[in-house]
Amino acid sequence: MHWIEGIVQGILLGGLYAQYALGMALMFGVMKIVNVTHGDLVILLALIGISLADLAGIGPWSVLATLVPIGAAIGWLLQRAMLNRVVGNDPLPSLIATFGLSIALQNAMLVVWSANTRSLPGGGIQQASVEIGPLFVGVLPLIVLICATLLTGGLDAVLRFTRYGRSLRAASADVEAAAMVGVNPKAVYATATAIAVGILGFAATFQAMRSTVAPADGPFQLIYAFEAVIIGGLGSVWGAFTGAMILGVSQAIGFRINPGFGILAGHVVFLAVLAIRPQGIFQRKS
Amino acid sequence: MTTLLSTHGLVAGYGDMRALHGIDFAIGPGETVALIGANGAGKSTLLRAIMGLLPVAADMVTLDGAPVGGAAPHRMVQSGVAIVPEGRRLFAGMTVDENLRVASEHAATPQGTPWTQERVYNLFPILREKARTPVENLSGGQQQMVSIGRGLLAQPRVLLCDEISLGLAPRVVREIYEVLPQVTGQGTALVLVEQDVSLAQRASQRLYCLLEGRITLEGRSGDISREDISAAYFGASHALD
Repeated sequence: MHWIEGIVQGILLGGLYAQYALGMALMFGVMKIVNVTHGDLVILLALIGISLADLAGIGPWSVLATLVPIGAAIGWLLQRAMLNRVVGNDPLPSLIATFGLSIALQNAMLVVWSANTRSLPGGGIQQASVEIGPLFVGVLPLIVLICATLLTGGLDAVLRFTRYGRSLRAASADVEAAAMVGVNPKAVYATATAIAVGILGFAATFQAMRSTVAPADGPFQLIYAFEAVIIGGLGSVWGAFTGAMILGVSQAIGFRINPGFGILAGHVVFLAVLAIRPQGIFQRKS
Repeated sequence: MTTLLSTHGLVAGYGDMRALHGIDFAIGPGETVALIGANGAGKSTLLRAIMGLLPVAADMVTLDGAPVGGAAPHRMVQSGVAIVPEGRRLFAGMTVDENLRVASEHAATPQGTPWTQERVYNLFPILREKARTPVENLSGGQQQMVSIGRGLLAQPRVLLCDEISLGLAPRVVREIYEVLPQVTGQGTALVLVEQDVSLAQRASQRLYCLLEGRITLEGRSGDISREDISAAYFGASHALD
């Protein structure tokens, strides 16, 4: 029972990591960009959300509904103003640019919000739980997991079945050839980053509700997203989802063994995957 | 002859290396023009420069008399220029149907009798059978058909074909060249970059021969003698040997 509970906890935690990982997998898949600001954007959105709730007195679901479009706008702007200039065959310029932006963002957030930890009041939903069989499962983690699943399925469907999804996959396969059939790569990229950061609006709301956030927390969120994406296999949406689940379960089981071992257990599994199957669990060998 | 697409003193290259030294080229509606020349003569570079894949000055390429040089490739597609690139460059991981759909979904505004996926399948019936197959599982000839189909679905007024016979069995090459008159019959102009000189001569109305980034011969394909071509192809110094 002890272990089953751990696994359930892990899957619920994985729901949150999946929301981090989706956007990262999307951006890497299409542009080969590793966005180092990914974690800081979660924190930025969370802090914006907390301030919104404070100032406007709106509830967490209204915060969520506001953060998603704000995230999408930030993502679009980030791509148009900066990443489109550094995207290319060489991954280094985008890595350096986003690394620099990450530091700048953290410092800017420190100036605006100070180093205090904050959280988003959820109106009691954080404490609510439902009984499923012999287990008590928190309502909030359950909502997070359902959102993550719907987001993954939705993104996968967009990639498979829409005009935009086809143009994105084409650009991902061969960006110059895509341009040669009329696809505007920079527009495709801007939309991809808008989607990626828009999804972070969900992650930011839930992260701020279940825990606390402070301006310097971004790098931790980045590591979880990064590990989930690597475990699942770079550039695959369901791979990122599964990677997030594996990471969540590893951490939860680690916590059961020893509370100090939780995060480390996730890192160990990540390293094991890198050593045994560096292309990720879901990636086919090309 | 009315001119649809032309280049004027076009110079282009890669980094510090200049590959084209002032190319004057022109093609009219429905015309088939071949570009021949040895490896490295600049044929593919010329197509890439026209398509906006290499930086060139605006007035070096004109379409309907308007300067379009250096416009982004997707803008060139919008103005009615498409390319069947060297090496086919299909979208791996996507099916034949999806490869074609990407092209038709981003095509230039249709005018006249636009190409449909159905018409591409009629042109190359094997592609209809393979519609749900990922393109990486096709034979080289079938991949080339997808690449040509993709070019046609961009609804071009000028289609630039870069070495479409390269690496294909003679039978497949014949099959592909047989459909080209149906393309020009729609009023689409064809620029053929071709290694096989006699094939290029037969398939085109006019031809240009390039040597080391310059045009060394131009004329009606039927009127040019083999001697003229080999002098232009290998250069005067070689012809004297």
